[in-house]
Amino acid sequence: MLLRTVFAGAAVLSVFAAMPAPAQQKSVKIGFVSTFSGPTAVIGNDMRNSFELALDHIGRKMGGLPVEVIYENDEQRPDVGRQKTEKLIQSDRVNFVVGYIWSNVLLASLKPVVDSQTFLISANAGPSQIAGELCSPFFFSTSWQNDQTPQAVGEYMNQKGVKSVYLIGPNYAAGKDMLTGVRATYKGKIVGEDLTQWPGQLDFSTELSKVRAAKPDAVFVFYPGAAGVQFLNQYAQSGLRGQIPLYTAFTIDSLSLPLQKDLALGVPGAQHWVNDLPNEANKKFVADFRAKHKAYPSFYGAQSYDAAMLVNSAVTAVKGNLDNKDGMRNEMRKANYASVRGPYRYGNNHFPIQNFYLQDVVKDKEGNLTLQTVATIVKDSQDQFHSRCPMKW
Amino acid sequence: MTTVWFTPRNVVVAILLVFLALVPVYSALTGNAFLMTLFTRILILAMAATSLNLILGYGGMVSFGHAVYLGIGGYAIGILAHEGVGSGFIQWPLAIGASALFALGVGALSLRTRGLYFIMITLAFAQLVYYFGVGLDRYGADDGLQLYRRSQFVDPINMSNRTQFYYWCFALLVASIYLTWRIVNSRFGMVIQGSRSNDRRMQAIGFPTYRYRLVCFVIAGVMCGLAGALLANHTEFVSPAMMHWTRSGDLIVMVVLGGMASTFGPLIGAVTLLVLEETLPILIKFAATPFVGAAASRAAEYWQIVMGPLFLLVVLFARGGINGLLESLRRD
Amino acid sequence: MLLVLEQCLNGLQLGLLLFLVAAGLTLIFGIMDMVNLAHGSLYMIGAYFAATFVAWTGDFVLGAALAFGATLLVGMLLEVIAIRPLYGRDHLDHVLGTFGLVLFFNELVRIVWGPAGLRVPLPDWLNTSVQLLPGLSYPTYRIAIIVTALAVALLLYILVMRTRLGMLIRAGASNREMAGALGVNIKLLYTLVFGLGAALAGLAGLMQAPILTVQIGMGENVLILAFVIIIIGGIGSIRGAFVAAIMVGLIDTIGRAFLPDILRLVMTSRGAATVAPALSSMMIYLVMAIVLVVRPQGLFPVASK
Repeated sequence: MLLRTVFAGAAVLSVFAAMPAPAQQKSVKIGFVSTFSGPTAVIGNDMRNSFELALDHIGRKMGGLPVEVIYENDEQRPDVGRQKTEKLIQSDRVNFVVGYIWSNVLLASLKPVVDSQTFLISANAGPSQIAGELCSPFFFSTSWQNDQTPQAVGEYMNQKGVKSVYLIGPNYAAGKDMLTGVRATYKGKIVGEDLTQWPGQLDFSTELSKVRAAKPDAVFVFYPGAAGVQFLNQYAQSGLRGQIPLYTAFTIDSLSLPLQKDLALGVPGAQHWVNDLPNEANKKFVADFRAKHKAYPSFYGAQSYDAAMLVNSAVTAVKGNLDNKDGMRNEMRKANYASVRGPYRYGNNHFPIQNFYLQDVVKDKEGNLTLQTVATIVKDSQDQFHSRCPMKW
Repeated sequence: MTTVWFTPRNVVVAILLVFLALVPVYSALTGNAFLMTLFTRILILAMAATSLNLILGYGGMVSFGHAVYLGIGGYAIGILAHEGVGSGFIQWPLAIGASALFALGVGALSLRTRGLYFIMITLAFAQLVYYFGVGLDRYGADDGLQLYRRSQFVDPINMSNRTQFYYWCFALLVASIYLTWRIVNSRFGMVIQGSRSNDRRMQAIGFPTYRYRLVCFVIAGVMCGLAGALLANHTEFVSPAMMHWTRSGDLIVMVVLGGMASTFGPLIGAVTLLVLEETLPILIKFAATPFVGAAASRAAEYWQIVMGPLFLLVVLFARGGINGLLESLRRD
Repeated sequence: MLLVLEQCLNGLQLGLLLFLVAAGLTLIFGIMDMVNLAHGSLYMIGAYFAATFVAWTGDFVLGAALAFGATLLVGMLLEVIAIRPLYGRDHLDHVLGTFGLVLFFNELVRIVWGPAGLRVPLPDWLNTSVQLLPGLSYPTYRIAIIVTALAVALLLYILVMRTRLGMLIRAGASNREMAGALGVNIKLLYTLVFGLGAALAGLAGLMQAPILTVQIGMGENVLILAFVIIIIGGIGSIRGAFVAAIMVGLIDTIGRAFLPDILRLVMTSRGAATVAPALSSMMIYLVMAIVLVVRPQGLFPVASK
């Protein structure tokens, strides 16, 4: 009996010991951190599909080396994201860490990556701290700084002559950044603003009643993922739809459209990438994605696709010599690859300087709802925090 | 009656302790630093679970807000570091003091209630602090706060040395297990346990049980606050997520899974739960690969569908948790 | 003034929905002495069933009715398979066991329905708003929720206080051995009560479905609120749960609605905008703590067994 117990104990312990030990092999190792469980797994899956598509497009090789990707699930929790990131750095010894949907997860995970001098490519989150004082030579973004997109929306509301607006968003890092962004460019009157509990509270009746009472010219809203579906839903049910126009950032995308359906028709949003942007890289990306997954890719996917291409450009430039970090950084700073958003530049803080477009919801030839570029709102927009970043090059 | 030391339970505990003591050696030999990072975290949470066991297992005070002390201890370190106070000699006593004070206040109010009411009032206070943290704009609100330097002590104590830090956590865990054991087997501990089974009788005998239980509650809070200080130093990051109610739930799961009111139960529970979280996806992947091939890594994302029923099975077939299961092996 | 009235309606509607969840929870606790964390999962399953059946039948009311029945069945099945062995065990065993069930149901739902979440479209006749007073229009569907929930609360009251089944339930709650000795089929009674509780949670879930996105984990937030309610009301007391639910709904809504304005009087508007959400989330917990400090057994304590 005793022997059996000892044996069982030893068997359990040997499972720990069998945890992947690092092996030195010739490949580019990329850790990909995103959300693969819970309702926002939809976003994580879209990012993974696009990243995989990019790898297929480059033959799963970078600078002559085979590519190995390790996907980790952050469960949308900062502490979990941090731990998975540490695993990728310390155990898997990855050369690049890519991904991150959520600003708070990225903020929690930044330090172990840049401390170990590994490159981190954010394929979505863009908190203001990392654009400013926390900027790092090992951090790059293929998305945007959180404020940029709402700034474009604020700009667009100016163009439309909106005199007063009510702001609503979730109470977390990106939510606050979004409202700050609108405030930075919008010149009219802000008659009210609400930050709602996140994630959690999703009944907006209280806020919508306040909107009705405040009688603004327009409402600006930021709700990513399923919360965006809920908001549009309740906006319609409350009878506000059709009375007060809605302006959005990251609330309507090709992941939420199949649920929002016609509720999203006529609701404008700003985006740095739309699936119909007329460049060759984008046409290939969208066509192949649609052929493979029978759905339109989302901007999350586009950013992940670009992240793969950005890494590829760096590894190719140093001919697979992954120890040449300066060489890779210099190459990435040029943004010398065919981005699906079209050409862009990097600012001193490694955030893109790029155009923002007005997007609208239309029906495609098969009758599916999709997004379409209507106009360019701002050209070569740079975030407002780059001056706080001490990095110069 | 002679005490038999050579029991399956004790052998497993001994193996576990030796293994924990050797983790840094293994990490150094293989160069896999993550194993040490993972186990540092496990040690710290095991310490938190041990402190919970003191009140939950022995005292029958089921706190559903115990993670709040992780937050209080952690934020004490984080806020002081943020304000430029890096010395551990100031940070740590303040972390402990803040936890003690909070435990005293909450305990004084909560211990008037019993059963499910106690569970929920402790949750209520924890939620208050959680949302307070979410509203702390100066200290990062729900983004949390980065710690740029770990607590500074005098040489040769160096918290930034990961191996040394690991052994500090290990030593403090063993110390808290020992302390719990001493408390439980003292006269004080007897009163606490007596009051769990029949509070009225203890009062009739003449013990002011309310005061005894309050002291016990504060000791547990302090121990967990210390674990919070360690956790902040370990992750170099504090955020309200540290004290989310799901974290308090995790601590309860660790204690119940390992075995309530047993000396090493919380440690066994913490190691089992956190190691399962890491290895279950890997195990599923291995198990599923022969059947579904490349899709196995996707299947591994559904590991919780195995974890959940596992909990239910432990409850149904292992009274007294894993510790109880190991002890029952003696009898066959 | 109209705004206050409108916010009160919002609070009432939220409170009534929470009551449906809390009523089942408090019944199950009061009668079987069972802490059921999986109650939130039944709320979620009700919503998923609603999404499926509404899409399948193409009719909202019919789909909702089917979902209600299906959740009732799932609840009874769950009781027989997984809950029954837990009766008479320590509360902490309930917590661990049913927490395991929560994990299981979340993953099961993800496998069956996928991670994307579902939307339940409202029929046109419900998707409008009604003019209640001059200047106050309110969504029809939310009025429908209020009416339905009030009706269910009334039916529940009649069921428990005025019927034979209710008598058995009350007898089982106050003394299960005695009720059993007198020939009451306790097993069947428990299964029925658990199914009833599940169905009430499912009803809340399916009524929320058109307002929210039906998604994984939607039950967890509601579960905590439901626990708060049964604690404030006094465990086992349906009347207490009703009062507490309305209270919590109103406090939560009023807090969210007016705290920012009140805070703006004492601090900068930026400061108020960041403090208010945190403070309004604290409100209900603050209320619970105060209630328990003053009345350790809740507002309507049930006479102990």
